Amino acid sequence: MSPQMIDRLWQAFYDTLFMVGISAGIAVLAGIPLAVFLVTSGPGGIFAAPRLNRIVGLFVNGFRAVPFIVLLVALIPFTRLVVGTTIGVWAAIVPLAVSATPFFARIVEVSLREIDPGLIEAAQSIGCRRHHIVRYVYLPEALPGIIGGLTITVVTMIGASAMAGAVGAGGLGDVAIRYGYQRFDTTVMMAVIVILVVLVSAVQFAGDYAVRRLKAR
Amino acid sequence: MSAGVLSPAITLATPVAAAAGTVAGKPRPGSLRFEAVAKTYHSSAGAVEALKDISLDIAPGDIYGIIGRSGAGKSSLLRTINRLEEPTTGRVLVDGEDISRLDEAGLVALRRRIGMIFQHFNLLSARTVRENVALPLIVAGVAKEEIRTRTDEVLALVGLSDKGDTYPSRLSGGQKQRVGVARALVSRPEILLCDEATSALDPETTLSILELLRDINRKLGLTIVLITHEMSVIREICNRVLVLEGGAIAEEGPVWQVFGAPRHDATRSLLAPLQRDLPPELTANLRPEAQTPRDRAVIGISYAGTVAPDLQALASATKGAVELLSASVERIQSHAVGRIVLALAPGAKPAALTSQHPSAKVIGYVPADD
Ligand SMILES: Nc1ncnc2c1ncn2[C@@H]1O[C@H](COP(=O)(O)OP(=O)(O)O)[C@@H](O)[C@H]1O
Ligand SMILES: [Mg+2]
Repeated sequence: MSPQMIDRLWQAFYDTLFMVGISAGIAVLAGIPLAVFLVTSGPGGIFAAPRLNRIVGLFVNGFRAVPFIVLLVALIPFTRLVVGTTIGVWAAIVPLAVSATPFFARIVEVSLREIDPGLIEAAQSIGCRRHHIVRYVYLPEALPGIIGGLTITVVTMIGASAMAGAVGAGGLGDVAIRYGYQRFDTTVMMAVIVILVVLVSAVQFAGDYAVRRLKAR
Repeated sequence: MSAGVLSPAITLATPVAAAAGTVAGKPRPGSLRFEAVAKTYHSSAGAVEALKDISLDIAPGDIYGIIGRSGAGKSSLLRTINRLEEPTTGRVLVDGEDISRLDEAGLVALRRRIGMIFQHFNLLSARTVRENVALPLIVAGVAKEEIRTRTDEVLALVGLSDKGDTYPSRLSGGQKQRVGVARALVSRPEILLCDEATSALDPETTLSILELLRDINRKLGLTIVLITHEMSVIREICNRVLVLEGGAIAEEGPVWQVFGAPRHDATRSLLAPLQRDLPPELTANLRPEAQTPRDRAVIGISYAGTVAPDLQALASATKGAVELLSASVERIQSHAVGRIVLALAPGAKPAALTSQHPSAKVIGYVPADD
């Protein structure tokens, strides 16, 4: 491999980390409140609002149903509105975050629902207000599930970010297609695959480790 | 927020106040009144009338037991006291105050005056023992140093001073329930609600938790309302008991009275496990009606308090030998509670005997040996 190619791979690796990192951050900031809303606003929930709950649930399902590659294109006008351009790393972050948020929210929702209703009752019985219940019961008790869900989300996003090459976002997938596939450079292709495998394994390992630590309490 | 916790109503529940009974002419806190409380659940399966027209009073300092079959409405009734469940109609009064009127802030303040412990402990797994116990004070905005002293205090009271930094998953069932008790007491409540609090524990641990409850009832003078399916728990620590059947009151009164002379079938069937007074070979042959004229009637006599049966009159009331199958006299809350089981001679008529004592009843008939 030429030194330029190695530089290019480094840059692509960095771009991938950046795209996935920023969109995962957005997915956490938006997805967790969304999940808390989905769980607590249902019938009998502490913030019961069944009608709004159904509407939001439909929206989440809608976004979940659209394949990422379609979302990427369909969101182009929205992306331009938000980041002012439709090419580059930032242009990929918008669709990545939009697709990861409902995905992550649904996973977090499942962990929140698994919390024993007895814990909510106990919290109410000791004089917790509703926001206390979110802060001291829902989130800490679901934390292992949230971290596990984040791991799955990030791994999925690393895969999806490769498709973002379609909007010229750069990143590892972009390099693999432009150099590895279109120019038949098998070495580059292999290098990208190895980097992706190592990256995904590292994320999975870190996530599993954190979950194990939390569950060992 | 902290004002609510440090209000006079709470500090009244300290040992001094409990011993004095009243403070500054104010009645002791911890009284409960149910006025025609009814509760109907609506679910996809239809409406369930869980409580029907419940009216009763619980006095400060009572250890009040609630018993009844599964589904009788015990939990529903208990949970109306801190409004985990809202009555459909009727009112619940805590210290004379109608709690249905409270807004969210008032409800939160009320719940800080009422502790609750649960069958499955309901401790937060992500928090240490100390952090679990401290939570009621944290959400009430109590200052850090005071939280520290008060959690230390209750952890010592329940005998877990050395477990503060442990996570609940590392504790035994009995220790978990002690944490539950500590968490319920840290706000210095006037009332403690226990929903099957010992049902998940082995008999020995159950005894130690009961000992603890009795102890805090004495030391802190708080009212305890407890649900249990173990009649021995009621006999051990309660002074009054309520029997619920199908959501309605079957009977209610001092334990010695209700247990000594149960008036309702529901009570009798709940008490059956306590009555180990019939030998098993006899129960196997027992039938409700006499099959032959020579069958022997088996008579049970229960009494409580004053009306002990006149043994001589009993014996002379029937012809033939009377066999004593079992007899016991216990003292519950310093009242004599007795039960006598007799088998009459073959063919002897039970009527002569059952007219001798109001509670003498034919339990059944067994075949004569010959
Ligand atoms: N949330 C609920 N929704 C519908 N039915 C309920 C609910 N809670 C209790 N019930 C019904 O009300 C009745 C009384 O229940 P409960 O108070 O839990 O009885 P207990 O504690 O004596 O076993 C039962 O028939 C039960 O099925
Ligand atoms: Mg129950």
